[in-house]
Amino acid sequence: MKILTCPVNGPRPVSEFVYGGEVRPMPDPANTSDFDWADYVFNRSGIPGVKVEWWYHLASGTWFLAERDTVADRVLRTWLPGEEHP
Amino acid sequence: MSAPSAAPGRLPPVSGEWIDRSRTIDFRFEGVAYQGFAGDVPSAALWAAGVRTLGRSFKYHRPRGLLSFANHDVNALIQWGARLNLRADVEPLEPGMDLTAVNTFGGVQGDRARVLDLLGAFLPVGFYYKAFHRPRALFPFWERFFRRVTGLGRLDFRAPRLHTPKRYDFADVLVVGAGPSGMAAAVAAGRAGARVVLVDENARIGGSLGWQRGGDTASLERLRALEADLAALPNVSVRPGTLAAGWYADHWIALVDAVRMTKLRARATIVAGGAFEQPAVFRNNDLPGVMLASAAQRLVHRYAVKPMDRAVVLTANADGYRAALDLLAAGVSVGPIVDLRAEGESSGLSERVKQVGIQVLRGHCVLEARGRDGRLCEVTICPWDGQGNASTAAPQKVACDGLVMSTGWAPAAALLYQAGAKMGFDERRQQFVPAALPEGVFAAGRVNGVFTLDNKLADGERAGLEAARLLGFDAPAPRSVAPDLDAASHPWPIVDHPAGRNFVDFDEDLQVKDFLNAAAEGFDNIELLKRFSTVGMGPSQGKHSNMNAIRLLARIRGASPGEVGTTTARPFFHPVPLSHLAGRGFSPRRETPLHSRHAGLGAVWMQAGPWLRPDHYAVPGKRKSENVREEARAVRTGVGLIDVGTLGKIELYGPDAGAFLERVYTGKFANLKVGMTRYAVMLDESGVVIDDGVVARLAEQHFYFTTTTTGAAVVYRELQRWNAQWNLDIGIVNATGPFAAMNLAGPKSRAVLRAITSLDLSNEAFPYLGVRQAEVAGVPARVMRVGFVGELGYEIHVPAHQAGHLWDALMQEGAAHDIRPFGVEAQRLLRLEKGHIIIGQDTDGLTHPDEAGLEWAVKMDKPFFVGQRSVDIVRRRGLRQKLAGFRLDAASAAVAPKECHLVIRDGRIAGRVTSVAFSEVVGAHVGLAFLDPDLSAEGTPFFIRADGGTMVQARVVALPFYDPAGDRQKISG
Repeated sequence: MKILTCPVNGPRPVSEFVYGGEVRPMPDPANTSDFDWADYVFNRSGIPGVKVEWWYHLASGTWFLAERDTVADRVLRTWLPGEEHP
Repeated sequence: MSAPSAAPGRLPPVSGEWIDRSRTIDFRFEGVAYQGFAGDVPSAALWAAGVRTLGRSFKYHRPRGLLSFANHDVNALIQWGARLNLRADVEPLEPGMDLTAVNTFGGVQGDRARVLDLLGAFLPVGFYYKAFHRPRALFPFWERFFRRVTGLGRLDFRAPRLHTPKRYDFADVLVVGAGPSGMAAAVAAGRAGARVVLVDENARIGGSLGWQRGGDTASLERLRALEADLAALPNVSVRPGTLAAGWYADHWIALVDAVRMTKLRARATIVAGGAFEQPAVFRNNDLPGVMLASAAQRLVHRYAVKPMDRAVVLTANADGYRAALDLLAAGVSVGPIVDLRAEGESSGLSERVKQVGIQVLRGHCVLEARGRDGRLCEVTICPWDGQGNASTAAPQKVACDGLVMSTGWAPAAALLYQAGAKMGFDERRQQFVPAALPEGVFAAGRVNGVFTLDNKLADGERAGLEAARLLGFDAPAPRSVAPDLDAASHPWPIVDHPAGRNFVDFDEDLQVKDFLNAAAEGFDNIELLKRFSTVGMGPSQGKHSNMNAIRLLARIRGASPGEVGTTTARPFFHPVPLSHLAGRGFSPRRETPLHSRHAGLGAVWMQAGPWLRPDHYAVPGKRKSENVREEARAVRTGVGLIDVGTLGKIELYGPDAGAFLERVYTGKFANLKVGMTRYAVMLDESGVVIDDGVVARLAEQHFYFTTTTTGAAVVYRELQRWNAQWNLDIGIVNATGPFAAMNLAGPKSRAVLRAITSLDLSNEAFPYLGVRQAEVAGVPARVMRVGFVGELGYEIHVPAHQAGHLWDALMQEGAAHDIRPFGVEAQRLLRLEKGHIIIGQDTDGLTHPDEAGLEWAVKMDKPFFVGQRSVDIVRRRGLRQKLAGFRLDAASAAVAPKECHLVIRDGRIAGRVTSVAFSEVVGAHVGLAFLDPDLSAEGTPFFIRADGGTMVQARVVALPFYDPAGDRQKISG
């Protein structure tokens, strides 16, 4: 079982976490085409590589961000939203 | 019962033997009584007793004896009562064991299925993929037939359930395999201060130090010294009889012992699991008496069993020469040594065997073995070219009852593969060795391609020091280890024979020709070859067969084994009893604080997400439908009480609380007056309805709102995430557990409530959709005047620990009004009569608000809410379907449709029923259904296909079915 490091609670087994998907900036709903909006809503990139993802520590209710190499399945760093990307 | 047979094959005491001669053990095998010693395994005790047929092969039911004796001798699988498929080379011998061989028809000796061996020509590789599909009608027959003949062991369904608690453990360094390199690694890491766990799947540690002695005692002395080193280190935990069954992410390793699984978290893993000796391939290489050299050495040194009287040694490395010396020391008549290599053995061992008078035939092979009465009696030896071709002009026949093979090894690298190691084929050593290891994973010893004893010890020390240094322990820099110069494996230990029966995979009875045929049919990729031929898919998972399969395929394709590659080595490394894996069925169940009240009232439970809720309350002598109808009637005519504490409950504080709600719900909340509530609909980003609830404004900066029972956790989580991005000035608290809630509903609810609160309940002071904070029955409560069931009603939220008190007070006051607790089923009926939808029942994962009749709750004139942009797009496309109310034409009510029954028009699906029930107040079955938009106009008739294909006519009617003006919720009094 993988270990994930919650920025608040430290290293914990991954079963305590919920995966929240890749961080994808929302396009401005007022100034985006139907096509681009649908792309944002429905399409996810499965291209392997280093991604920034949402993770949620279920036990403490903490959302945080994780930079993960999806090829090696290695978490490179984690931080709280609003904090500087370390 | 006859007396146990004597054991003619038991040797005089052998130093370092694992058996305890002071404790004899009586057991039975195939109905015959035998005797062994404590510390024996069945294979050893039976072999000592002269039994040679330990099992029957999987496909041809050929007699099989010992092959590897390395914990994967799966031709000797045995059953003991309810315990099936025990490995006879692993299972400790126990008094009273009554064993049978699996996979026989009428016993291992006279197995009637042995006729299959004669039919082999009609059972080519992959035959079952091709032969049994046509005619189709016969397929069930063949399926039953094959399930009967191919199963291993007989399941006893009366077997008791074993509870096998799991254990959790931690270590700095896990060392897998306690042979010389593993022990050296554990000592090195332990001395550096690391907390080390050293596991070995065998009953005792030592590995090859114990059994591969070369007729000498030096290795045994080495073993004792290493054991002393380990014993001197309190931070090293040595666990024999423990299998590292699988490596999972971040060094999470499943350790399996006789009684349980331990989930161990290490910081580094050293794999020193050694190598599997590989069989040579020649005709009849599966005869009992033909075995790997290491198997014979284990028999001698662990169990003091003489493997044979007269042995021929087939070899291509130094290990075979050591085996010859070990056998000689055990009193076996040895010779000749048949060396596949034209140049023979280069080490001093060559001289040693010569001195003891063993003949060596260099550049020779064993062409075939011959058996009599199911055991080896003779081998045919020929010169060969080292490439598979024997010169059969002058074959030399040697009578023998044993042939030991030591022609090659394959690394026990399963854990390394699982950890993500890259393995590369080393041509010089003719072995796959680690080419790149992930961080924190180390390999040492034979699995690392290191074979001589001194090198194994040095390699283990290196790995132990490297692991310790990686973890920050103060350890000296390791010395590099000189590589072994001689290959321990022959590149082609395979001799062609026109008559076949030259086995590559003993689990699956695969011969050389099966591989040629599979490749000829186009399955010439290692993964395809595996699936088509099933090589390596038997219980031993290719431990003795994959390497030869790779060599065969490499030759067929004109490639090197490295280019052919290996198949994936998945957990588990050895078979693991299902009882070790079975858990306790841990599915958390939540009970509301009123659970015991419901139970006392005869609640019949249903599951709602993780919660248990009363479906209805059973009244003795009445059917469920009657009870539900009476509960509903009580609410319509008197007063009822339902526990709604499973609803999600969320507190929201702060200056931006109203703005936050406007972003996450479709409605407007900034303008909601303090003391009022409003229905709220939540969409996801694609505009699909995902939740609903009621928002109450308790103060200017304090909202309290509910979510659906099943949505509670996810809604709270997603709200947190939105604000992690928006950073609005709010605080959000999940109050689902802290608060209990119950709904007091019915025309007499006001009278009941009035008796236990000083709150002014008049319509003027506390209007419909109002919310008040007041004491009820002395308990601080939040009271919402909402009408899910369509009657005057009060939803009362109180701290969870005071719920019982309030419930009792309401039931007591309500007694005078014949109050009745009602369950989820009655509530579903009541809300259906009001046309109120349930998210997830009357909507699905594609339902947009307009389709569910919620357009009134969607306020597009807001700057933003989640899903708004998608609603905008969807609205421009027009409706795909429409949720509409319907009632059955009274005449057809005999067959009532059910939820999910389809609406059919002109033979095509035109909709689906989402809710349906018989309504007493309407006097007919009523329901909700998704309909094609052109069917959804009031008065439109349509047909529902009910059970058995009966077409039931229904008609669209306006919602709600009951009290369209909503007067009932607003009655004064």
